[in-house]
Amino acid sequence: MDRRKFLRMAGVGAASPLVSWQALSQGALAQGQTDRVLIVSELNANSLDTHTVGANRAAYGLVWMTYDRLITFGTKTLPNGVQSYDYFSLKPQLAESWEFAPDNAAVTFKLRRDATFHDGTPVKAQDVKWSFDRFVKVGGFPQRQMEQGSLASVDQFEVVDDRTFRVRFLRADKLTMPSLAIVVPSVYNSELCKKNATASDPWALEWTRNNCAGSGAFKVESFKSSEQVVLTRFDGWKGGSAPKFQRAMFRNVAAAGTRRALVEKGDADVSPDLPPRDIVDITAAKKFRVDSAPTANTLKYLALSTITKPFDDVRVRQAVAYGITYQKVIDSSVFGRARPMFGASAAAPTDASWPQPFPYAHDPDKAKALLRDAGLSSGFETKLFFDAQVATTDEPAALVIQDELGKLGIKISIEKLPDFPARRNQKSWPMAIDVFGAWFDDPDFFFRWIWHGQNTVWNLASYKNPEMDRLLDAARQEREGTAYAALVKQFVKLAMTDVPVIPLYQPLLEVVSQPDIKGYTYMFHRQVDATTLYRG
Amino acid sequence: MAPLLWTILRRLVLGLPTLFGVVVVSFSLTRLLPGDPAVYFAGAAPTPEAIADLRRTLLLDRPLPQQFAAYLGDLLHGDLGRSLVTGQPVLQDLSTRFPATLELTLTAIALALLIAIPLGVAGAMRKRSGIDHIARMVSTTALSMPSFFTGLLLVFVFYYLLGVAPAPLGRLAPMGFPPPEHTGFMIVDAILSRDWAACRDAAAHLVLPALALAIAAVGPLTRVTRSAMLAVLSSDFIRAARAYDLPRWKLVYAYALRNAMLPVLTTAGVVFSFLISANVVVEKVFSWPGIGSYALEALVASDYAAVQGFVLAVATLYVLINIAIDILYGIVDVRVRLGG
Repeated sequence: MDRRKFLRMAGVGAASPLVSWQALSQGALAQGQTDRVLIVSELNANSLDTHTVGANRAAYGLVWMTYDRLITFGTKTLPNGVQSYDYFSLKPQLAESWEFAPDNAAVTFKLRRDATFHDGTPVKAQDVKWSFDRFVKVGGFPQRQMEQGSLASVDQFEVVDDRTFRVRFLRADKLTMPSLAIVVPSVYNSELCKKNATASDPWALEWTRNNCAGSGAFKVESFKSSEQVVLTRFDGWKGGSAPKFQRAMFRNVAAAGTRRALVEKGDADVSPDLPPRDIVDITAAKKFRVDSAPTANTLKYLALSTITKPFDDVRVRQAVAYGITYQKVIDSSVFGRARPMFGASAAAPTDASWPQPFPYAHDPDKAKALLRDAGLSSGFETKLFFDAQVATTDEPAALVIQDELGKLGIKISIEKLPDFPARRNQKSWPMAIDVFGAWFDDPDFFFRWIWHGQNTVWNLASYKNPEMDRLLDAARQEREGTAYAALVKQFVKLAMTDVPVIPLYQPLLEVVSQPDIKGYTYMFHRQVDATTLYRG
Repeated sequence: MAPLLWTILRRLVLGLPTLFGVVVVSFSLTRLLPGDPAVYFAGAAPTPEAIADLRRTLLLDRPLPQQFAAYLGDLLHGDLGRSLVTGQPVLQDLSTRFPATLELTLTAIALALLIAIPLGVAGAMRKRSGIDHIARMVSTTALSMPSFFTGLLLVFVFYYLLGVAPAPLGRLAPMGFPPPEHTGFMIVDAILSRDWAACRDAAAHLVLPALALAIAAVGPLTRVTRSAMLAVLSSDFIRAARAYDLPRWKLVYAYALRNAMLPVLTTAGVVFSFLISANVVVEKVFSWPGIGSYALEALVASDYAAVQGFVLAVATLYVLINIAIDILYGIVDVRVRLGG
């Protein structure tokens, strides 16, 4: 082949498709389409029903939009102006009102008269009963989750008449009512489900995995598991104010770089899970909306095993708490995108909020003095474990901690574990970085998992303190009021002084969207709720 | 035709022990790998009881030999189990996703051959000339770029900067309607149903990912073509042909290239297999709904059935490719046909 000819050919070959290539694409995402919203994220729903085995977090968000509950959470405005659900205010959804029995042994719900499922069937108390029996009977996650709120037996649920439904309480438990507003106790179209049930699958789980039987704000137009879901507005929805978007499309885009490019080019409207480094750039460019909310009731922390020497000595634990450069941990691990949990001015909590900053900040002199008191002025050797699956954030944090504590003579070797979650229950790590998020916002609920002597898998510090248990058990009985606040302050203070667990930061949930997308509301399930979004 | 059919049959039977070996290895490897599907799928903040429940549901509490026997029994009935990640039967997942991967990989390898063969031939024809250096540079660069990087680079340049490529959102525009499914190959299906809009759309979406994959394959193919051509060009029969003053194009393409095709074919077979794994990352970048992205997700979640199904499917594909390449040898080179 002639060299000149070859180059000419190559030139033509490269140039001509460029002109019309994108025009080839059908419906090349017409911008400014006001009736639909495209949400791209790393994780897409793998089931249309959270009762099925293995349903993922994205499925919770989906069920939230396609099904209704008896009651739902109200909303509030966070200090930075972002809308958020309000755990402490319960609002009617399918129930128009509810009344507690005089002896507080039951609650009776009056259902709305006008609510229907997507196929037009009216929602009745019998549907609620069938749905509640279902989460008890199918076992696994739905059953265990509802047990947390003392909703554990089918005998608790009673149909009084078509529009009246009663829940008997197993015991006085403040988690029972909020439990009814989470995703699991959604109300299913029982007649439709029964039609699709089989002898081996009496609860029609196989069918609801790929089909929707709800009455929620959106109907499912198409569903490709883990890949894409298209929702269309259900115009007969009675569970709240009608969605503005006619269609909502959730698309799985695994590569973060691609998600960012899609948002920056205007082809995607919302991306809820960009890495912190991208968020820093996008915030600086000021071209897009970034809605940030501290992930409710969630902490990234360093656990020190109180059954391993020398961390059985509270002075050593405090020394470590003074030895960490918290800001550096936040900067290197999440590029500063987190709510700090250090440097509280008072040694004891001033309010009953949770999570709240601990009274520790980087102070090497105090740390050295404490180590000297503990007879460890020459330092010691130990190991720090973290989860390989979240290495992007936890590895830099571990390195900063290793470096700073090294200056105090604490020699740390870092262990990155691919099977970290499966090995939590072994409780064999002297130091470990972990994250915990609780479903319910009550501070004592969070504490029960990490600081209580019942020693759940999350209590990596193997912390046991009868005083802590007494405070937490007492707090479980209270829901609100000054008595409860006093208890919260006491157990938070105890956690601060004993520091078996050192909070590093509270992660943020940051959602990037086009500047004209409004109405984002942070939800407890941490998925994007298209019901409230609009273009304006 | 009969001996050919016989060969294929024999090769297929010989492939069975290989596949059984693959089943054993993939089963044990998934169990050896760290990670516990019961913990992964037990929901947020699982209680030990919830994990134990799930382990029972997934039959993970049984001894390994018993699990293996159950898996084999299901396999014989054509049941690959159910994926936890997607919640669907693995067989169904693989059969809907496999055509997407195959369409992408076949396009990529065709593209790579179209680039590599002329480049390799040109390099061999004019040894140490400018074009030869360029060819070598291109192949070395292509060889040393990981497909993940190439993919992101292509997205950045052609989608983000120039805006000529469609959004990297899989096989069709997000609101595009796929043509009725016949073969699973989007472009072929669109042509079959005369849906020209979908055909154009699918083609536009295929260009960048196919290119990203093809670039990875251009390197080895160019090099092999060049060296094979060099060997053939200096052989006696070419010298004789030259002496007879045969036309140049006939000499190069009809005689020399045909003889140089054997090693190129072998490499193409190997490269094709390699591309199936390179797919994993390219599919991730372009949100391509193929088996690569499926396998990656399954692996992260310790989704045993899905990973085993993927490995088995790819192993089957390897066996088939090898048979196909062997048959192609016979078509390309008479000597092989006679010897076989």
